[in-house]
Amino acid sequence: MIELEDVRVRFGEREVLRGVSATLAERRIGVVGANGSGKSTLARLFNGLALPTSGSVTVLGHDTRRQAAKIRQRVGFLFTDPDAQIVMPTVAEDVAFSLRRQKLPAEKVKARVADVLERHGLAGHADHPAHQLSGGQKQLLALCSVLVLEPEILIMDEPTTLLDLRHSRLVAEHLRTLPQQLVVVTHDLPLLADFDRVLVLDEGRVVADAPPDEAIAHYRGLMT
Amino acid sequence: MNGLTGAYVPGDSPLHRMPVGAKLAGLAACCVVLFLLPDMWAMAGAAVVVVLLYGVTRVGVAAAWAQVRPVRWFAAGLFVIQFVLAGPVPAVMVSSRIVLAVALAGLVTLTTRTSDMMAVLERALRPAGRVGLDPFRLSLLLSLTIRSIPIIAGIATRVREAQRARGVEWSVRAFAVPLVVGALRHADALGEALSARGLDD
Repeated sequence: MIELEDVRVRFGEREVLRGVSATLAERRIGVVGANGSGKSTLARLFNGLALPTSGSVTVLGHDTRRQAAKIRQRVGFLFTDPDAQIVMPTVAEDVAFSLRRQKLPAEKVKARVADVLERHGLAGHADHPAHQLSGGQKQLLALCSVLVLEPEILIMDEPTTLLDLRHSRLVAEHLRTLPQQLVVVTHDLPLLADFDRVLVLDEGRVVADAPPDEAIAHYRGLMT
Repeated sequence: MNGLTGAYVPGDSPLHRMPVGAKLAGLAACCVVLFLLPDMWAMAGAAVVVVLLYGVTRVGVAAAWAQVRPVRWFAAGLFVIQFVLAGPVPAVMVSSRIVLAVALAGLVTLTTRTSDMMAVLERALRPAGRVGLDPFRLSLLLSLTIRSIPIIAGIATRVREAQRARGVEWSVRAFAVPLVVGALRHADALGEALSARGLDD
């Protein structure tokens, strides 16, 4: 559960979010909007990567201003560019790296890494250099590195933007199998077709909050 | 590219199985020996040993070449300078030492997972904790450096292509500015990703 109360975010003179209030309890929520509408900033609020200038953001009962570290243990974040979030040179090492702070026994780490790679089709690439994977595989690796921590909520900022059609479908299929609450910021409108709820942002405000068909129709209206 | 990217080549050779600490100590010892070798025959023997070690690990010729390729021009320049200043024998000795030392270091990289290297470094750096340095962060620095090399190389390639497209191949500024901006952007995004993975506290 994510709760926003009159959230405003200002970067210098520019107000990026202007009084956003919402309670996000549905399992799959999409966020759409034009470039610069505040979508990415909104996503970053959900695990404390960005903080509100005023108002409050509460995630799983924790205030992001005071308890960002606790929230990050329970909320995963997937970025647009997988290259920016892959830290280790090989696939298995990168997934295992996420578990570093948990200080688990080596055998347990190995088992969890193998399990998550198996579930997302990367088992055969465990020892491969991460930079040699295709774009879609890199994004799946970034997803595995987040999922190995078993987050309760997963925030994704344009996870398919840099991918071709085949790879974005691949990532979309994997997203459908995830049991977590998902909040997906995207321009990829078909990805949201079977979501529970979609928010439309425009100039820092939520201008539509409805099931996908209705929200996307509103968004298309804004773009014409 | 393995040498530049620090990519581990999976295998089951004795070098793959050797503990990381022993490999690093062995590398240090071999480098000392290389600098103590008295003549060309001994240097030729050392070269044969290095080639045999690569053969034992079965990392492949391409991976082996990738280790020494980055120093080829440096070694060639050194050879020429030594040849002019000191003669042919010192030129061969000095340039061979450099190439063989780099090849040996590459062998350690190719047969060691970065995570294993980090674990050893963290143990070795534990005393640094007493002066307020976090061994985990220091070893993470090593890993990020290795991981960033192909990323920065990718940015450099894109910048060069853009330069060619604009017809400003020879402009240092047209290369340096976007490269630095791209590297800083990557650093920014990486920092944010590390925070998102809970590694900033």
